[in-house]
Formats: sequence, C-alpha cells, structure tokens
Amino acid sequence: MAGSGTAHMRNTTDVVLSVRDLVVEFRVGQGRVVKAVSGVSFDVCKGETLAIVGESGCGKTTLGKAVLQLPPPKSGEVVFEGTDLTQLPKENLRSARTSMQMIFQDPISSLDPRMTVSRLIEEPLEIWDRGNQQERAERINTLLNNVGLEPELVLSRRSYEFSGGQCQRISIARALALDPRMLICDEPVSALDVSIQAQILNLLQDMKDRYGLTMIFISHDLAVVKAVSNRVMVMYLGKVCEVAPPDVLYAKPAHHYTKALLDSVPIPDPTRQATVALLQGEPPSPMNPPSGCRFRTRCPAASALCVEQEPQLREVAPGQFVACHHPIL
Amino acid sequence: MTTIMSIRDLNVSFDTPRGMLEAVRGVDLEIEAGTSIGIVGESGSGKTVMSRAAMGLLQGRNVRRTGTVVYDGQELTAMTREQVRNTFGTGMAMIFQDPMTALNPVRRIGSQLSEGLRVRLGLSKKAASARSKELLDLVHIPDAQAMLHKFPYQLSGGMRQRVMIAIAIACKPKLLFADEPTTALDVTVQAQILQLLRELRQELDMSMVLVTHDLGVVAGNTDSVAVMYAGEVVEYATTKKLFAGMRMPYTEALLQSIPKVDHPSGKRLSVIAGRLPDPIDRGAGCSFAPRCQYVQAKCHTEHPPLEADPDGHLFRCWFPIGGAK
Repeated sequence: MAGSGTAHMRNTTDVVLSVRDLVVEFRVGQGRVVKAVSGVSFDVCKGETLAIVGESGCGKTTLGKAVLQLPPPKSGEVVFEGTDLTQLPKENLRSARTSMQMIFQDPISSLDPRMTVSRLIEEPLEIWDRGNQQERAERINTLLNNVGLEPELVLSRRSYEFSGGQCQRISIARALALDPRMLICDEPVSALDVSIQAQILNLLQDMKDRYGLTMIFISHDLAVVKAVSNRVMVMYLGKVCEVAPPDVLYAKPAHHYTKALLDSVPIPDPTRQATVALLQGEPPSPMNPPSGCRFRTRCPAASALCVEQEPQLREVAPGQFVACHHPIL
Repeated sequence: MTTIMSIRDLNVSFDTPRGMLEAVRGVDLEIEAGTSIGIVGESGSGKTVMSRAAMGLLQGRNVRRTGTVVYDGQELTAMTREQVRNTFGTGMAMIFQDPMTALNPVRRIGSQLSEGLRVRLGLSKKAASARSKELLDLVHIPDAQAMLHKFPYQLSGGMRQRVMIAIAIACKPKLLFADEPTTALDVTVQAQILQLLRELRQELDMSMVLVTHDLGVVAGNTDSVAVMYAGEVVEYATTKKLFAGMRMPYTEALLQSIPKVDHPSGKRLSVIAGRLPDPIDRGAGCSFAPRCQYVQAKCHTEHPPLEADPDGHLFRCWFPIGGAK
C-alpha cells in the first residue's frame, strides 16, 4: 500500500466532496514532524457512504477533521459542492461548515455536561438564527423523536444522566439540527456495547435516508462498516491502500493489509476459528515512515521493489483500486 | 479435574440513595484448573462486579456481599483483607480494561513490573530487574531492556496492555481474571493480545476468566461460557454447545446483533430493542421479558429458575429456544 494516486477518482457530476493530494503534518518540536496524512485523494458522491478504515494512528481521524479544515491541511484541495474549502476566507468557511457536521467517538465527553439536552440542540440553531423560539422548540422535538428519544423525558436532563448509546443519539440529533448535507462520523460506535452498536448503526442509516445525507464513516473495524457503506477506503500510516465497494473488498481483498484487517475480526463461532498468521508488531512511527511502500515492514509479500518505489493506486477489478506492487489477485 | 475456584450463591448489592442496587444475584460458578471460562454480557449486566467480588476487590461500607467464594480450598469470604491480598499475584491476578488508567503514570515500567516480584517472591532488586526483562520478552515486547526505563504515556495502547499482562503473570498466578482486556484496542491488536493470552495459558498452565461483551471474542478463547443479564447467569454451557445451540433468547439476540464481515451490505442489522431493566427495581418475572421477541404472559409474572437440559446446558427461560426443557 500505502501509496498515492488518483486513479480511483470519479468524473461524474454528482460528486459532492472531492479531496485531492491532502497532506496534514504536525510539528512536534525539535524539528520533528508527524506525517499524519500524506497525499490522500478521494471523492464521495451524493447519497453515498464512504467508510475510511485503518488502525489507530493511520490518519483516518486527522483526515476526517482536515476535510472540515480542523486544522487546515498543509497542502491539497478539499472541494465541497464546487467550493475549495482550503481557499475560503474564515467567515465563509464558518458558514460552509454548517452543511458538514461531525459526530465524535466518545459520546459522553463530546456533549457539554452543564447544558440540558434542549440547550445542546438549540445552540446551533440560535447561533445561525434559524427560526423563532417556537419553531426551534418544534424542530428540537422532531429531531429527538427521529433519533428515538422521548422529548418530554429528555429535554431538561443533562448528558451525564444518559448512557453512552443515548448520548450518541443526542449527538446525532445535534449534528442534524442545521440540516447538513454531509455527516462525518468518527468511530461513532466504537465506545459502545455490541448490542447498542447495531442500534446506532441502524439509526445512522435511517437518518441518512430521511435527510438525504452523504456520509463519511471512520472506523477501525471492518465488520462495523460492512452494513453501512457503499465504498470502503483502507488507510495505513497516512496513505491509501485500497478502495473498493464493500462486497468486492470483503470477498476478494487485493491488498495484504486489507486481508490482515479482515483476518483480525473475531468470528463468533468456535468451529470456524482463523488459523492464518496474524499481523505482527505495530505500525512504524509516522515521524519516520518507511521508504517506498509504507506497509512493507509488516507485509508478508514485501520485495526489494517495495523499498524503492512507492506503489500507485491502480484498478485491478471493476471498481477495485489497490496501491500494491504485489496485490493478491 | 480439580476445581480452582468455586462460587456459590454470590450476591452483591450496593446501598444507594434510591435503594438497594442488586448488581449480582445468586451466581454459582465452578472454574476448573487449566480451563478458560467466558463471562459475557452488556454494560451493567454485573459481569465486572461479579469478577471483582470473586477476588474480594470490592470494599466499602455501601457494599453487601453474601455467598461463598472458595479459592484453592480456602474460603475467601471468611478471610481478612490481608489474607486475601496474600493470594494476589501468586494465586489470582487481574488484567483491567483500560491499560492507561491501570498503570501508574509516574513510575517507570521496570519499577511497576518488579514490585510484585520483590514483594511476593522476595527477589533481590537485581534478580527482579532481570526477571522483568524476561517477562517483557514473554509478552513479545521488542527491545525489553529499553522498555524497562519508559513511562506508560510513551507506549501505545497495545504495548500498555502487554505490560499489564506481564505484571499480572509475573508471579505465575493459577487464576487470571481478564476484564475486557481488548475492548480499548484496535481489532488487529486485539487479535494479537488474544493470541498472547492463549499462549501464556498453555505455558503457565493457568486458568482464565475472560470477561467481555463480545461473543466473537469468547468463541475462540474459552472452554465454557456464562452469559449474564441483569446480575444473573442466564445461560451456561461449554463454548461448543453454546454456539451449536443457544437456548436463551437473550444470547441468541446478542449473537445476532454483532456486526459481521459476511453481513450482506446495505441490509439492516438486527438489534435488541430497549435496554437493561432498572437495577434497583427489576420487577417480577423474567428480567429479559420486556425485550424478548418470544415473550409470553407467564414471563412477566414468574421469575424463571436456572435449569439444565440432559447434557448440562443451563438456561433461565420458561420457553427456551429448541423446545421443551
């Protein structure tokens, strides 16, 4: 993997978000630089859900935030509905952000514990001056009903009185308050119990249909994104490994890293335990990534070519793009 | 087979301003030497409280614990705190869920590792340090010598969990409690840690209680499984039997709600509607009745007992899956 390239970019009119050669780096003192995202390109079409999958530290969260210019990337372009967000003046960017909302991983700490649920959801409406007081109250009720909460029971309560799953529902209602067209979900279910995960995943799917949303869904777990995504992008150490529709990716992963991720998912059946070799070790430091293909230090198929040359994304099957010199075919 | 721990009618409740909160209700468990048992349930099902109470870790004036816990022939419930503490490390040990908060942030890894070795095994400073390095090798930490001088914040989550495991197994315990050891970790690291625990169990001939909310984790890592719901064991069987035929509707629903890689894309996931009953007022009848898809009138009024079918599969249900008892 771990390559660059734009072969997977589509040239249709219904592309809502198009990200090209995005680079995000953080200076961490003593002249050291963390290369969090290194030349990533992708696009998302209207009504589509793009899943971004990878291990901790692969840059998936940074990438999600960089789309919203939090913080602005070092280079590259982020074109949302025809406007390049990286070029926008601050004030225009602020209003552009109302149509892209984010849901964070930890539902409890992402809600202000001193605010009641009704304040939490009203705040964005008030800031952007949407409707009068009565219209706002109606809007809050509708939103809470839509995410499966009883308005009368929750409006005057605060976040600490709710379970993780309920807090995530409140976060979703808040994110939807301004009628966004795009929702970026950063590990929205990884802090939740399995039984609650399914409820939230189904809810996100319902909200997507009801509000006509386009979604980016960030997760470390391939099993979680299977049910909700239309396209999956696997990342490793700030680069793209593979992009494909889920049915293709799960049935025939072409990148060795994708296969390793799939093999790591626990199988709830004692008679079908995986016997494959696990991925050893941990990703190298993003301050000093390996030359050539960034996955080569852990890859079972690495060769001399992988040290010298960075693989570029190329199409190996219809809709399936992989950045690997020795793909599994 | 010898029994290493036997739990009889364990009840734990907490005195809260709203009333008594019954966290664990009448749990019976036998843990055989050299085996691994999984405790599965949602948040709030009582699985963590149960395992901590079994180790005698719950203290405080608002805790009521009744029942007996016999470890290696000694009754823990009758022992003083000091005596219970003496079984830690060499007898029982625990791995906690969050490796960051369980490690001391201001002490080096080496010093945290050698503490148990010096106190429990009476090793000299030098011997403890040498043994610490061996332990880090055993849990596959690269460059163990350098690791001894690091602080927890310098390590990734997976590395921290390996250090926690090294500390837990330092004095060769006979029984290891692992409370959600992989929940805070990535799937790839989770697979590595589970493999490490399997290896260590073999090498040290250790029994393990694996507490988790994920039936997927249980499948490849345990010999038997106890499913907990609302403080009670609702199903118990060998892992093979359980996955071959679940009797309790709750276990079935839990299994169906796991996102799977072979799930058809775009299809809705099945869910368990609703949530756990209020632990202070669970009402009469089966605790799972309000969420159960097979519920009948009797379930709301009468509490089902834990019953066994002929091959020792226990379940707590009036109308079990697969027909009559």
